[in-house]
Amino acid sequence: MRVVLADYGGGNLRSVSSALVRAGCEPIVSTDGAEVREAPLAVIAGVGHVESAARGLADHGLDDAILERAAAQRPVLGICVGMQLLCDESEEGGRGLGLLAGPVRRLRARRVPHMGWNALEVVHPSTLFDGLDGLDVYFAHSYAVEPTAPGVIVAQVDHDGVVTAAVEQGALAGVQFHPERSGPAGARLLANVLRWSRSA
Amino acid sequence: MVKKRVIPCLDVAGGRVVKGVRFEHLRDVGDPIELATRYSELAADELVFLDITATLEDRGPTLDLVERAAGELTIPFTVGGGVSGLADARALLRAGADKVAVNRAAFEDPAMLTALADEFGSQAVVCALDARGGEVVTHAGRNPRGREAVDWAQEAVARGAGEILLTSIDADGTRAGYDLPLTGAVSAAVAVPVIASGGAGETRHLADAFAAGAEAALVASIVHERPERLRELKAELREAGWPVRS
Repeated sequence: MRVVLADYGGGNLRSVSSALVRAGCEPIVSTDGAEVREAPLAVIAGVGHVESAARGLADHGLDDAILERAAAQRPVLGICVGMQLLCDESEEGGRGLGLLAGPVRRLRARRVPHMGWNALEVVHPSTLFDGLDGLDVYFAHSYAVEPTAPGVIVAQVDHDGVVTAAVEQGALAGVQFHPERSGPAGARLLANVLRWSRSA
Repeated sequence: MVKKRVIPCLDVAGGRVVKGVRFEHLRDVGDPIELATRYSELAADELVFLDITATLEDRGPTLDLVERAAGELTIPFTVGGGVSGLADARALLRAGADKVAVNRAAFEDPAMLTALADEFGSQAVVCALDARGGEVVTHAGRNPRGREAVDWAQEAVARGAGEILLTSIDADGTRAGYDLPLTGAVSAAVAVPVIASGGAGETRHLADAFAAGAEAALVASIVHERPERLRELKAELREAGWPVRS
Protein backbone atom coordinates (compact mmCIF):
# COMPACT_ATOMS: atom_id res chain seq x y z
CA MET A 1 0.00 0.00 0.00
CA ARG A 2 1.22 3.47 -0.91
CA VAL A 3 1.51 5.90 2.01
CA VAL A 4 2.58 9.50 1.63
CA LEU A 5 4.43 11.32 4.40
CA ALA A 6 3.77 15.04 4.03
CA ASP A 7 7.16 16.73 4.02
CA TYR A 8 6.74 20.30 5.23
CA GLY A 9 10.39 20.78 6.09
CA GLY A 10 9.71 20.20 9.77
CA GLY A 11 12.44 17.72 10.50
CA ASN A 12 13.52 14.19 10.02
CA LEU A 13 10.88 11.68 8.86
CA ARG A 14 13.22 8.71 8.71
CA SER A 15 11.98 7.03 11.90
CA VAL A 16 8.31 7.22 10.87
CA SER A 17 9.11 6.15 7.33
CA SER A 18 11.10 3.12 8.55
CA ALA A 19 8.33 2.13 10.95
CA LEU A 20 5.84 2.20 8.06
CA VAL A 21 8.15 -0.02 6.00
CA ARG A 22 8.26 -2.50 8.89
CA ALA A 23 4.44 -2.37 9.00
CA GLY A 24 4.45 -3.60 5.40
CA CYS A 25 3.71 -0.56 3.27
CA GLU A 26 5.61 1.63 0.84
CA PRO A 27 5.98 5.12 2.29
CA ILE A 28 7.16 8.04 0.21
CA VAL A 29 8.21 11.38 1.64
CA SER A 30 6.76 14.10 -0.55
CA THR A 31 6.27 17.84 -0.90
CA ASP A 32 4.00 17.30 -3.91
CA GLY A 33 0.42 18.51 -3.37
CA ALA A 34 -1.15 16.04 -5.81
CA GLU A 35 0.66 13.14 -4.17
CA VAL A 36 -0.40 14.24 -0.68
CA ARG A 37 -4.00 14.70 -1.91
CA GLU A 38 -4.37 11.37 -3.71
CA ALA A 39 -2.36 8.66 -1.88
CA PRO A 40 -4.48 5.99 -0.14
CA LEU A 41 -3.12 7.15 3.24
CA ALA A 42 -1.44 10.42 4.20
CA VAL A 43 0.62 10.75 7.37
CA ILE A 44 1.49 14.08 9.00
CA ALA A 45 4.31 13.58 11.48
CA GLY A 46 6.54 16.06 13.16
CA VAL A 47 7.96 17.74 16.19
CA GLY A 48 8.23 21.34 17.28
CA HIS A 49 5.49 23.93 17.20
CA VAL A 50 2.06 23.84 15.60
CA GLU A 51 2.75 27.33 14.27
CA SER A 52 5.94 26.46 12.37
CA ALA A 53 4.47 23.16 11.19
CA ALA A 54 1.35 24.93 9.86
CA ARG A 55 3.52 27.49 8.11
CA GLY A 56 5.63 24.69 6.59
CA LEU A 57 2.53 22.96 5.27
CA ALA A 58 1.20 26.21 3.77
CA ASP A 59 4.56 27.06 2.16
CA HIS A 60 4.36 23.82 0.20
CA GLY A 61 0.63 24.12 -0.51
CA LEU A 62 0.12 20.93 1.47
CA ASP A 63 -2.53 22.45 3.74
CA ASP A 64 -5.00 22.61 0.84
CA ALA A 65 -4.02 19.12 -0.29
CA ILE A 66 -4.86 17.73 3.17
CA LEU A 67 -8.11 19.71 3.42
CA GLU A 68 -9.16 18.38 0.00
CA ARG A 69 -8.37 14.77 0.83
CA ALA A 70 -10.19 15.12 4.16
CA ALA A 71 -13.24 16.51 2.34
CA ALA A 72 -13.08 13.46 0.05
CA GLN A 73 -12.95 11.17 3.12
CA ARG A 74 -9.49 9.84 2.25
CA PRO A 75 -7.62 8.69 5.39
CA VAL A 76 -5.23 10.99 7.23
CA LEU A 77 -3.10 10.04 10.25
CA GLY A 78 -1.56 12.81 12.35
CA ILE A 79 1.26 11.90 14.75
CA CYS A 80 2.12 14.14 17.73
CA VAL A 81 2.31 17.70 16.37
CA GLY A 82 0.73 16.27 13.21
CA MET A 83 -2.31 15.42 15.33
CA GLN A 84 -2.35 18.87 16.92
CA LEU A 85 -2.29 20.33 13.38
CA LEU A 86 -5.72 18.80 12.72
CA CYS A 87 -7.26 21.09 15.37
CA ASP A 88 -8.15 24.77 15.50
CA GLU A 89 -6.18 27.09 17.71
CA SER A 90 -3.15 26.23 19.82
CA GLU A 91 -2.13 27.86 23.09
CA GLU A 92 1.39 27.52 21.78
CA GLY A 93 0.51 30.02 19.06
CA GLY A 94 -0.70 29.46 15.54
CA ARG A 95 -3.69 27.76 13.97
CA GLY A 96 -4.11 24.24 12.72
CA LEU A 97 -6.19 22.98 9.81
CA GLY A 98 -9.47 23.21 11.69
CA LEU A 99 -10.57 19.70 10.76
CA LEU A 100 -11.12 18.72 14.38
CA ALA A 101 -13.15 20.99 16.67
CA GLY A 102 -11.35 21.97 19.86
CA PRO A 103 -8.24 23.72 21.10
CA VAL A 104 -4.67 22.54 21.70
CA ARG A 105 -3.80 23.36 25.30
CA ARG A 106 -0.67 23.27 27.41
CA LEU A 107 -0.59 20.29 29.76
CA ARG A 108 -1.45 21.03 33.38
CA ALA A 109 0.76 18.57 35.23
CA ARG A 110 3.54 18.62 37.78
CA ARG A 111 6.06 17.60 35.11
CA VAL A 112 5.86 18.96 31.58
CA PRO A 113 6.84 17.70 29.00
CA HIS A 114 4.86 14.49 29.50
CA MET A 115 7.81 12.27 28.72
CA GLY A 116 7.96 8.50 28.65
CA TRP A 117 5.83 5.37 28.51
CA ASN A 118 2.24 5.56 29.64
CA ALA A 119 -0.62 3.04 29.48
CA LEU A 120 -3.38 3.62 26.93
CA GLU A 121 -6.96 3.53 28.09
CA VAL A 122 -9.13 2.81 25.07
CA VAL A 123 -12.42 4.62 25.68
CA HIS A 124 -14.04 4.00 22.32
CA PRO A 125 -13.31 0.60 20.79
CA SER A 126 -12.27 0.75 17.15
CA THR A 127 -10.15 -0.92 14.51
CA LEU A 128 -7.37 1.57 15.26
CA PHE A 129 -6.90 0.48 18.86
CA ASP A 130 -7.67 -3.19 18.49
CA GLY A 131 -5.48 -5.04 21.02
CA LEU A 132 -3.91 -1.89 22.47
CA ASP A 133 -5.94 -1.27 25.63
CA GLY A 134 -3.61 -1.09 28.64
CA LEU A 135 -0.39 -1.17 26.62
CA ASP A 136 2.41 1.33 27.22
CA VAL A 137 3.33 3.71 24.39
CA TYR A 138 5.85 6.55 24.27
CA PHE A 139 4.83 10.19 24.77
CA ALA A 140 6.98 13.33 24.45
CA HIS A 141 4.85 16.47 24.39
CA SER A 142 3.90 19.63 26.28
CA TYR A 143 0.58 20.37 24.54
CA ALA A 144 -2.44 18.19 23.86
CA VAL A 145 -5.67 18.38 21.90
CA GLU A 146 -8.96 18.81 23.73
CA PRO A 147 -11.62 17.82 21.18
CA THR A 148 -15.06 19.22 21.86
CA ALA A 149 -17.19 16.92 19.67
CA PRO A 150 -18.54 13.86 21.51
CA GLY A 151 -17.06 10.45 20.72
CA VAL A 152 -13.95 11.77 18.97
CA ILE A 153 -11.51 10.71 21.70
CA VAL A 154 -10.77 7.01 21.26
CA ALA A 155 -7.89 6.62 23.74
CA GLN A 156 -6.57 8.58 26.71
CA VAL A 157 -3.82 8.46 29.32
CA ASP A 158 -3.38 9.75 32.84
CA HIS A 159 -0.75 12.41 33.50
CA ASP A 160 -1.95 14.28 36.59
CA GLY A 161 -5.34 14.23 34.85
CA VAL A 162 -6.79 12.91 31.64
CA VAL A 163 -4.81 13.60 28.45
CA THR A 164 -6.06 12.84 24.93
CA ALA A 165 -3.93 10.04 23.46
CA ALA A 166 -5.83 9.44 20.21
CA VAL A 167 -8.73 10.74 18.16
CA GLU A 168 -10.77 9.33 15.32
CA GLN A 169 -13.37 11.19 13.29
CA GLY A 170 -14.42 9.58 10.04
CA ALA A 171 -11.30 9.28 7.88
CA LEU A 172 -9.24 11.42 10.28
CA ALA A 173 -7.08 9.81 12.94
CA GLY A 174 -4.54 11.30 15.29
CA VAL A 175 -2.20 9.90 17.94
CA GLN A 176 -0.36 12.04 20.48
CA PHE A 177 2.24 9.33 21.19
CA HIS A 178 4.97 8.14 18.86
CA PRO A 179 4.14 4.73 17.31
CA GLU A 180 7.54 4.70 15.60
CA ARG A 181 9.16 4.85 19.06
CA SER A 182 6.71 2.65 20.97
CA GLY A 183 8.19 -0.82 20.38
CA PRO A 184 5.79 -3.67 19.57
CA ALA A 185 2.73 -1.67 20.71
CA GLY A 186 3.58 1.06 18.21
CA ALA A 187 4.03 -1.50 15.44
CA ARG A 188 0.60 -2.88 16.24
CA LEU A 189 -0.95 0.60 16.05
CA LEU A 190 0.58 1.17 12.61
CA ALA A 191 -0.64 -2.21 11.38
CA ASN A 192 -4.11 -1.26 12.64
CA VAL A 193 -3.88 2.10 10.87
CA LEU A 194 -3.14 0.36 7.57
CA ARG A 195 -6.11 -1.97 8.08
CA TRP A 196 -8.32 0.99 9.04
CA SER A 197 -7.28 3.06 6.03
CA ARG A 198 -8.01 0.20 3.61
CA SER A 199 -11.55 0.00 4.93
CA ALA A 200 -12.12 3.74 5.29
CA MET B 1 0.63 7.47 35.20
CA VAL B 2 3.83 7.86 33.23
CA LYS B 3 6.32 5.07 34.00
CA LYS B 4 9.71 5.57 35.61
CA ARG B 5 12.37 5.03 32.95
CA VAL B 6 15.59 3.03 32.96
CA ILE B 7 18.00 4.29 30.31
CA PRO B 8 21.19 2.46 29.30
CA CYS B 9 23.99 4.78 28.21
CA LEU B 10 26.37 3.59 25.49
CA ASP B 11 29.74 5.27 24.94
CA VAL B 12 30.55 5.56 21.26
CA ALA B 13 33.69 6.61 19.44
CA GLY B 14 34.12 6.66 15.69
CA GLY B 15 30.66 5.13 15.29
CA ARG B 16 31.45 2.08 17.49
CA VAL B 17 30.58 1.24 21.10
CA VAL B 18 33.68 1.39 23.26
CA LYS B 19 34.67 0.66 26.81
CA GLY B 20 37.64 2.12 28.60
CA VAL B 21 39.00 3.51 31.79
CA ARG B 22 38.78 7.28 32.08
CA PHE B 23 38.32 7.61 28.33
CA GLU B 24 41.67 5.90 27.72
CA HIS B 25 42.57 2.38 26.63
CA LEU B 26 39.37 2.26 24.60
CA ARG B 27 38.29 -1.16 23.48
CA ASP B 28 35.80 -1.79 20.68
CA VAL B 29 32.92 -3.80 22.10
CA GLY B 30 30.50 -3.78 19.21
CA ASP B 31 28.11 -2.18 16.80
CA PRO B 32 25.92 0.49 18.46
CA ILE B 33 22.73 -0.56 16.68
CA GLU B 34 23.18 -4.24 17.55
CA LEU B 35 23.78 -3.44 21.22
CA ALA B 36 20.96 -0.89 21.26
CA THR B 37 18.57 -3.43 19.73
CA ARG B 38 19.59 -5.94 22.37
CA TYR B 39 18.78 -3.45 25.14
CA SER B 40 15.53 -2.59 23.39
CA GLU B 41 14.55 -6.29 23.47
CA LEU B 42 15.40 -6.32 27.19
CA ALA B 43 12.84 -3.53 27.81
CA ALA B 44 15.13 -0.50 27.85
CA ASP B 45 12.85 2.55 27.93
CA GLU B 46 15.21 4.79 25.98
CA LEU B 47 18.88 4.88 25.07
CA VAL B 48 21.61 7.47 25.30
CA PHE B 49 24.54 7.44 22.89
CA LEU B 50 27.38 9.41 24.41
CA ASP B 51 29.93 10.34 21.74
CA ILE B 52 33.10 10.42 23.83
CA THR B 53 35.41 11.50 21.03
CA ALA B 54 33.20 14.10 19.44
CA THR B 55 35.29 17.08 20.42
CA LEU B 56 38.42 15.49 19.04
CA GLU B 57 37.26 13.90 15.84
CA ASP B 58 34.99 14.53 12.96
CA ARG B 59 31.24 14.13 13.52
CA GLY B 60 30.81 12.07 10.35
CA PRO B 61 30.63 8.58 11.88
CA THR B 62 28.27 9.86 14.57
CA LEU B 63 25.85 11.34 12.05
CA ASP B 64 25.88 8.04 10.12
CA LEU B 65 25.13 6.24 13.37
CA VAL B 66 22.26 8.62 14.18
CA GLU B 67 20.71 8.09 10.75
CA ARG B 68 20.91 4.31 11.14
CA ALA B 69 19.55 4.43 14.69
CA ALA B 70 16.62 6.64 13.62
CA GLY B 71 15.63 4.05 11.02
CA GLU B 72 16.27 0.86 12.93
CA LEU B 73 15.44 1.50 16.60
CA THR B 74 11.88 1.27 17.88
CA ILE B 75 12.50 3.13 21.16
CA PRO B 76 13.63 6.75 21.59
CA PHE B 77 17.28 7.72 21.73
CA THR B 78 19.27 10.73 22.83
CA VAL B 79 22.66 11.71 21.45
CA GLY B 80 25.12 13.70 23.52
CA GLY B 81 28.77 14.21 24.22
CA GLY B 82 30.85 17.08 22.95
CA VAL B 83 27.99 18.92 21.29
CA SER B 84 29.89 22.12 20.58
CA GLY B 85 27.09 24.50 19.75
CA LEU B 86 23.82 25.15 17.98
CA ALA B 87 24.97 23.90 14.56
CA ASP B 88 26.20 20.63 16.04
CA ALA B 89 22.98 20.02 18.00
CA ARG B 90 20.83 20.90 15.01
CA ALA B 91 22.76 18.48 12.77
CA LEU B 92 22.18 15.61 15.22
CA LEU B 93 18.44 16.32 15.48
CA ARG B 94 18.09 16.72 11.72
CA ALA B 95 19.85 13.37 11.26
CA GLY B 96 17.04 11.81 13.29
CA ALA B 97 18.01 11.85 16.98
CA ASP B 98 14.87 12.06 19.12
CA LYS B 99 16.71 14.27 21.60
CA VAL B 100 20.05 15.96 21.88
CA ALA B 101 21.91 16.37 25.17
CA VAL B 102 23.86 19.61 25.43
CA ASN B 103 26.30 20.19 28.26
CA ARG B 104 29.06 22.81 28.31
CA ALA B 105 27.92 24.53 25.10
CA ALA B 106 24.56 25.31 26.72
CA PHE B 107 26.18 26.49 29.95
CA GLU B 108 28.32 28.93 27.98
CA ASP B 109 25.56 29.92 25.53
CA PRO B 110 22.17 29.35 27.20
CA ALA B 111 20.37 31.00 24.26
CA MET B 112 21.06 27.88 22.21
CA LEU B 113 18.53 26.00 24.36
CA THR B 114 15.83 28.46 23.29
CA ALA B 115 16.82 28.26 19.63
CA LEU B 116 16.68 24.44 19.72
CA ALA B 117 13.36 24.39 21.59
CA ASP B 118 11.83 26.83 19.10
CA GLU B 119 12.88 24.70 16.16
CA PHE B 120 12.47 21.15 17.48
CA GLY B 121 10.33 21.52 20.62
CA SER B 122 11.42 21.36 24.27
CA GLN B 123 10.91 17.59 24.32
CA ALA B 124 13.96 17.25 22.05
CA VAL B 125 16.26 19.38 24.20
CA VAL B 126 18.08 17.77 27.13
CA CYS B 127 20.34 19.90 29.27
CA ALA B 128 23.18 17.70 30.56
CA LEU B 129 24.47 19.04 33.84
CA ASP B 130 27.51 17.66 35.68
CA ALA B 131 27.87 18.60 39.33
CA ARG B 132 30.30 18.13 42.17
CA GLY B 133 29.36 19.20 45.67
CA GLY B 134 26.27 20.90 44.25
CA GLU B 135 28.35 23.05 41.89
CA VAL B 136 28.29 22.91 38.08
CA VAL B 137 31.49 21.43 36.65
CA THR B 138 32.57 20.95 33.03
CA HIS B 139 35.35 19.17 31.14
CA ALA B 140 34.56 15.77 32.68
CA GLY B 141 34.54 17.33 36.13
CA ARG B 142 37.89 19.12 35.91
CA ASN B 143 36.57 22.68 35.74
CA PRO B 144 34.37 24.05 38.55
CA ARG B 145 32.18 26.86 37.19
CA GLY B 146 31.17 28.71 40.34
CA ARG B 147 27.44 28.21 39.94
CA GLU B 148 24.91 26.19 41.90
CA ALA B 149 23.57 23.20 39.95
CA VAL B 150 20.03 24.01 41.08
CA ASP B 151 20.34 27.57 39.82
CA TRP B 152 21.65 26.56 36.39
CA ALA B 153 19.00 23.82 36.06
CA GLN B 154 16.26 26.39 36.66
CA GLU B 155 17.69 28.75 34.06
CA ALA B 156 18.14 25.91 31.53
CA VAL B 157 14.46 24.97 31.89
CA ALA B 158 13.35 28.60 31.62
CA ARG B 159 15.42 28.82 28.42
CA GLY B 160 13.70 25.80 26.86
CA ALA B 161 15.29 22.54 28.08
CA GLY B 162 12.63 19.83 28.36
CA GLU B 163 14.69 17.50 30.52
CA ILE B 164 17.73 17.60 32.82
CA LEU B 165 20.33 14.83 32.61
CA LEU B 166 21.93 15.24 36.02
CA THR B 167 25.30 13.55 36.55
CA SER B 168 27.00 13.61 39.91
CA ILE B 169 30.76 13.53 39.38
CA ASP B 170 31.08 12.62 43.07
CA ALA B 171 29.00 9.48 42.62
CA ASP B 172 30.00 8.56 39.07
CA GLY B 173 31.85 5.25 38.90
CA THR B 174 31.41 4.48 42.61
CA ARG B 175 28.48 2.08 42.21
CA ALA B 176 27.47 3.29 45.68
CA GLY B 177 24.21 4.88 44.55
CA TYR B 178 23.06 8.09 42.90
CA ASP B 179 23.69 11.45 44.58
CA LEU B 180 20.34 11.69 46.32
CA PRO B 181 20.61 15.19 47.84
CA LEU B 182 21.57 16.58 44.43
CA THR B 183 18.86 14.59 42.62
CA GLY B 184 16.27 15.68 45.16
CA ALA B 185 17.25 19.35 45.09
CA VAL B 186 17.20 19.63 41.30
CA SER B 187 13.99 17.57 40.92
CA ALA B 188 12.24 19.85 43.40
CA ALA B 189 13.49 23.00 41.69
CA VAL B 190 12.33 22.28 38.13
CA ALA B 191 9.05 21.11 36.58
CA VAL B 192 10.61 19.03 33.79
CA PRO B 193 11.72 15.39 34.16
CA VAL B 194 15.12 14.81 35.76
CA ILE B 195 17.28 11.83 34.75
CA ALA B 196 19.58 10.75 37.59
CA SER B 197 23.03 9.68 36.45
CA GLY B 198 26.18 8.38 38.09
CA GLY B 199 26.56 5.75 40.79
CA ALA B 200 24.09 2.95 39.95
CA GLY B 201 25.23 -0.35 41.45
CA GLU B 202 22.07 -2.17 42.39
CA THR B 203 18.30 -2.04 42.09
CA ARG B 204 17.62 -0.11 45.27
CA HIS B 205 19.82 2.72 43.99
CA LEU B 206 17.36 3.30 41.15
CA ALA B 207 14.43 3.09 43.57
CA ASP B 208 16.14 5.67 45.84
CA ALA B 209 16.63 8.02 42.87
CA PHE B 210 12.95 7.74 41.95
CA ALA B 211 11.99 8.36 45.58
CA ALA B 212 14.19 11.48 45.52
CA GLY B 213 12.18 12.80 42.58
CA ALA B 214 13.93 11.53 39.44
CA GLU B 215 11.67 10.45 36.59
CA ALA B 216 14.39 8.30 35.03
CA ALA B 217 17.71 6.69 35.87
CA LEU B 218 20.72 6.29 33.62
CA VAL B 219 22.61 2.99 33.87
CA ALA B 220 25.95 2.04 32.33
CA SER B 221 28.46 -0.45 33.75
CA ILE B 222 25.78 -2.21 35.81
CA VAL B 223 24.11 -3.43 32.59
CA HIS B 224 27.06 -3.48 30.20
CA GLU B 225 28.68 -6.37 32.07
CA ARG B 226 25.57 -8.46 31.53
CA PRO B 227 22.72 -6.90 29.50
CA GLU B 228 20.13 -9.36 30.91
CA ARG B 229 20.60 -7.50 34.21
CA LEU B 230 18.43 -4.74 32.71
CA ARG B 231 15.32 -6.92 32.60
CA GLU B 232 16.01 -8.14 36.14
CA LEU B 233 16.44 -4.57 37.40
CA LYS B 234 13.08 -3.60 35.99
CA ALA B 235 11.36 -6.68 37.40
CA GLU B 236 12.84 -5.94 40.83
CA LEU B 237 11.68 -2.32 40.64
CA ARG B 238 8.19 -3.51 39.72
CA GLU B 239 8.15 -5.92 42.67
CA ALA B 240 9.13 -3.01 44.89
CA GLY B 241 6.03 -1.18 43.70
CA TRP B 242 7.54 1.24 41.17
CA PRO B 243 5.62 1.83 37.95
CA VAL B 244 7.99 0.55 35.27
CA ARG B 245 7.28 -0.83 31.82
CA SER B 246 7.68 -4.58 31.32
